[in-house]
Amino acid sequence: MSIDLPIQVSYLVVAALFILGLKAMSSPVTARKGILWAGIGMVIATLVTFATPGLHNFGWMIGALVIGAAIAAWLGKTVKMTDMPQMVAIYNGMGGGAAAAIAALEFVRYAAKGETLGSAETILALLGSLIGSVAFSGSIVAFLKLQGIMKKAHRLPAQNFFVVFFTLATVALGVWIAMGAGLDGWTLLGFYGLSLLLGVVLTTPIGGADMPVVISLLNAFTGLAVGLEGFVLKNPALIIAGIVVGASGTLLTQLMARAMNRKIGGIIFTPITGEAQAGAAIQGTMKEASAIDVASMMRYAEKVVIIPGYGMAVAGAQHKVWELTKLLQEAGVTVKFAIHPVAGRMPGHMNVLLAEAGVPYDLIFDLEEINEEFGQTDVALVIGANDVVNPSARTDKSSPIYGMPILNADHAHNVIVNKRGKGAGYSGIENALFFGENTRMLYGSAQSAIAEVIAGVKTML
Amino acid sequence: MTDFIYIYVFMLAAFTGYEVISRVPVILHTPLMSGSNFVHGVVLVGAMVALGAADPNDPLQLGIGVVAVFLGAANAAGGFVVTERMLAMFKPGKKKEGTK
Repeated sequence: MSIDLPIQVSYLVVAALFILGLKAMSSPVTARKGILWAGIGMVIATLVTFATPGLHNFGWMIGALVIGAAIAAWLGKTVKMTDMPQMVAIYNGMGGGAAAAIAALEFVRYAAKGETLGSAETILALLGSLIGSVAFSGSIVAFLKLQGIMKKAHRLPAQNFFVVFFTLATVALGVWIAMGAGLDGWTLLGFYGLSLLLGVVLTTPIGGADMPVVISLLNAFTGLAVGLEGFVLKNPALIIAGIVVGASGTLLTQLMARAMNRKIGGIIFTPITGEAQAGAAIQGTMKEASAIDVASMMRYAEKVVIIPGYGMAVAGAQHKVWELTKLLQEAGVTVKFAIHPVAGRMPGHMNVLLAEAGVPYDLIFDLEEINEEFGQTDVALVIGANDVVNPSARTDKSSPIYGMPILNADHAHNVIVNKRGKGAGYSGIENALFFGENTRMLYGSAQSAIAEVIAGVKTML
Repeated sequence: MTDFIYIYVFMLAAFTGYEVISRVPVILHTPLMSGSNFVHGVVLVGAMVALGAADPNDPLQLGIGVVAVFLGAANAAGGFVVTERMLAMFKPGKKKEGTK
């Protein structure tokens, strides 16, 4: 499969555009230019590929391309901002699936001609298939969890044993195939089946709080799978883009895990679950406050820090929260937003959601910037956040989130927690903050609760 | 030697990927993940080449190839739209504090 010089040159330009695009995307000033460059690269790559000599089946190709792109683009345009993380997961899974399918097609194609791929190509194709399949089925599980279709983290008995078992079984079958032991349909089918199952077994027990790290890891997997299939097809655009994403995705996964004080190995082998480790029992009772109490506490405070979490975003309350902020500012109250690195579903997700509601960047502070200030804060308002303000992470060694950096909301003079009901949160861990002496609970969905507080504040202006 | 050159490509691409995002602020983690998700959508190109070489009279080959192109195209198009929507929030002209 030799490629013409003009196509080679185009792929070279494409590779440069991808790398420069990613570079630009890692700074907020140039980020929008970055995605544009990468987009231009993708269009060039797709167009010149049509000119590859010896290709046929153009009808099928254009049909599948147009339908796939149209559906995905339409879904991507219409989905709510809060649902973005699972969209990233599902598109990533599709990429992994495509990489696995490319290898499958190569195997079938060579077998039909009565030939076999070279041994290096076979090994790379199998490795790419394994990684791509894991990314595919793992991403689907991640999507189902974030979408709320799959609610709980299921653990197999002897979970770690099964992970190791499936990994070894898949690799053993792969080695057997690579040694030339029959590339027949059933062996291949078994190999792909095991690989897909491995992806499910790996991701099913992982709790919601760890999902961003897992999606990022699967993203790196897909990149690697694409790169490996690039070697099989001898296509430089695939090789460079795939390996660059594989490497940058690995680094990004490490950065995210570090922000959560978690180890990647620890996430995969001993996931956070409420029942696995209960943490110390919490003494005390939760005390309720009415919206009007909350309104007066905030109206006559000097300094308020708002800690938004995913619960706020799901309720679509960020616009209401911004309205409340503006009212308080008019009344002379200093209002700041404190964002935990993993607020929302992914690092940076909450910043995007607040920006969408119109909250200016200079009111938003991250963990290191604001944690010292809670001591001089009159009211800390926690809206739909839970684990990121759980003081057990500092004190209770038996807590599953011990050691995770948290926002020190409990140091504020008063803490108000808005929550839908009394239960434990997303990760199932009890929160000592809710039982604190200076904590009042404001029950109700964020949207209506904040609307009531706004109404209360308006009567006091 | 020609095959060995691929190992160099692999190594250099891996270093490049690591270097290119080494100083990214937390606020860009999600958009950047989404952006790199888009970039590996180039798998579409591989799927096109593979489908283009498939035997038009073999429904199995055609089927796998069509699935590959469909998935690759969805990865690329969806990845682009989602990333673009996230990054549209970073409009120039707004204050850039707090983006460390």
